[in-house]
Amino acid sequence: MIKQKGMLYDVTLCVGCGSCYNACKEQNKLPATNKDYLKDHLSDKTFTVIEQYGELYSRKNCMHCKEPACVSVCPVGAFTKTELGPVIYDVNKCIGCRYCMQACPHKVPRYEWTSLNPRVRKCILCYDRLKKGLPTACSEACPTGATLFGDLDDLVIEAKKRLKENPSTYYQSIYGLKDAGGSSILVISPVPFEQLGFTSHLPGEPLPKLTANAMEKIPGVVSVGALCLGGLYWLTKRKNEIAKEERLQKKESRSHEK
Amino acid sequence: MKNSILKFTFWKVVAVIIIVAGLYSAFIRFTQGLGASTNLSDAFPWGLWIGFDMLCGVGLAAGGFAICAVTHIFNVEKFKPLARPAILTAFLGYILAVCGLMFDLGRPWAIWHAIIMWNTHSVMFEVAWCVMLYSTVLFLEFFPVVLERFKLPKILKIIKRVSIPIMMLGILLSTLHQSSLGSLYLIMPEKMHPLWYSPLLPVFFYLSAISTGFAMVIFEAFLSARAYNHGLKLNLLSACSFISIIFIIINFTLKIVYLSMSGKLQYLLILSPVTYLFYLEILIGTIVPAFFLSSRKFREDKKYLYFSSVFIISGFLLNRINVSITSLAAMSKASYFPSITEISVTMMLVVIGMWAFKLIIQNFPVFSEELELEKPVSVIESISKPLTLSE
Repeated sequence: MIKQKGMLYDVTLCVGCGSCYNACKEQNKLPATNKDYLKDHLSDKTFTVIEQYGELYSRKNCMHCKEPACVSVCPVGAFTKTELGPVIYDVNKCIGCRYCMQACPHKVPRYEWTSLNPRVRKCILCYDRLKKGLPTACSEACPTGATLFGDLDDLVIEAKKRLKENPSTYYQSIYGLKDAGGSSILVISPVPFEQLGFTSHLPGEPLPKLTANAMEKIPGVVSVGALCLGGLYWLTKRKNEIAKEERLQKKESRSHEK
Repeated sequence: MKNSILKFTFWKVVAVIIIVAGLYSAFIRFTQGLGASTNLSDAFPWGLWIGFDMLCGVGLAAGGFAICAVTHIFNVEKFKPLARPAILTAFLGYILAVCGLMFDLGRPWAIWHAIIMWNTHSVMFEVAWCVMLYSTVLFLEFFPVVLERFKLPKILKIIKRVSIPIMMLGILLSTLHQSSLGSLYLIMPEKMHPLWYSPLLPVFFYLSAISTGFAMVIFEAFLSARAYNHGLKLNLLSACSFISIIFIIINFTLKIVYLSMSGKLQYLLILSPVTYLFYLEILIGTIVPAFFLSSRKFREDKKYLYFSSVFIISGFLLNRINVSITSLAAMSKASYFPSITEISVTMMLVVIGMWAFKLIIQNFPVFSEELELEKPVSVIESISKPLTLSE
């Protein structure tokens, strides 16, 4: 069985050196966008950023959700959650509706607004490298081990171990374990995650469930609706016919009387 | 007489200006891309073209299926004169909504992908299919008018045979996608303002589409009566307004029940522009029309009937804009206001729609007393043979 890969990002170990940022640019052949990488933001040319919050750094990129909103909303199935974990995008299917951007709880997908042939752009967890058995470029470049690559199951165990062994160092929660149904990227930090710019208060269940709740009622609505419409049509038509016959009969009886 | 010609010319000039501006905007959009032509951004990927052109365009077209249900399924014969104009509006509404979508899509040439690349989990996939199928249904529903105009009784006979199943299909498809436009927003609970987010969004969208559909029937009847001097069937229109207000009240009650059950009533007390917009939506879309239309005296008065329909439609438009723009802007740091390009493309589409409606009712028997479809075929043949069909 293929084991899902993932990354554990430990805020306490990150020194904000920018190695992951540069490795990502290089791996995805992206142009330079900002002289100071700490001031850069996610864009169609930047798939990962390091944000500074006082003395802490916070790295952002696609979370690679277990049940991604982008995969579920795309009308043409341009997004896929691969068995290895990465959520990938196929431009040859995309029609450019941007529902993925609208739906993503982590506000990750970016658009090539200036292009006449625009694509949705985001981190794909170095899918090509993963297929060859290599780790992601950013985790390989990380000098401190703040970004740790591995099997997702092992990473969850590792994260829990760190929280347990150093309860005074860590805020006792793993971001990405349950948020929006869980993701292939896990984050642990000394402070609550909303202080590091992460979207907090996400539902614990996968977001596509909310849509599915409504969509699963469709077959019922259609069949009951069709029956009701057919029944009402028949009833009202019959009623009109009877009314017409009665009118005719009255007329006839009147003419007979005469 | 002279005045009416002058007035007509004035509007003609305005229309031409709007269309020229719209064409220029279209040129900018398709030569320089979405970034240069719109105020959309990564933080605000859906704007006016989705919020107005799509959500409102399709919603305002709901009169087509609502009237069809009354006349052809529930067999309330007296409403039949209203069916054709409503079907025509719906057909134009859908075509224009799809045109708006062609501006909004980043890769509009790939729109046909939805036909062969399926993702059945996607609400938008469902909407796309419903809109495709329903546009076909609307075409078939309106087609008899064209056939009558060109006197083709044989094809008319075939269409007549399948008309009832087609209309039923149309009602089912409308039910699905009118509600699903609301379902589009179900997946973003944390991104939307709590006053608008609700698991009941599809229900709200459906109910408000029906009430607005009937309001649109009233609105059009008034406009075309004024322009072309055909008589106003006031009793029918006040019946429409009554149906409309019933749906508005059901919708409003559901909304209030939902807000109180989910403990969101407190948000009504936070005074901010966002809350005011919610109040405004309720005021013009619910309270004002409910006040007038609940009294028989006002309901049977031309003036109040007309203004109530305008209020219902405005309230509906504000609701869709609030759901798609206000509620999202309120929760994110990004702000959004449509660019001149976005506005002028939208205005162009509206003008084209009105112009097409005018042109079609001038040339086709849209306002004829009843659907010829309902007459026995022998009668149709007898009318279409002699040259009695007036232009």
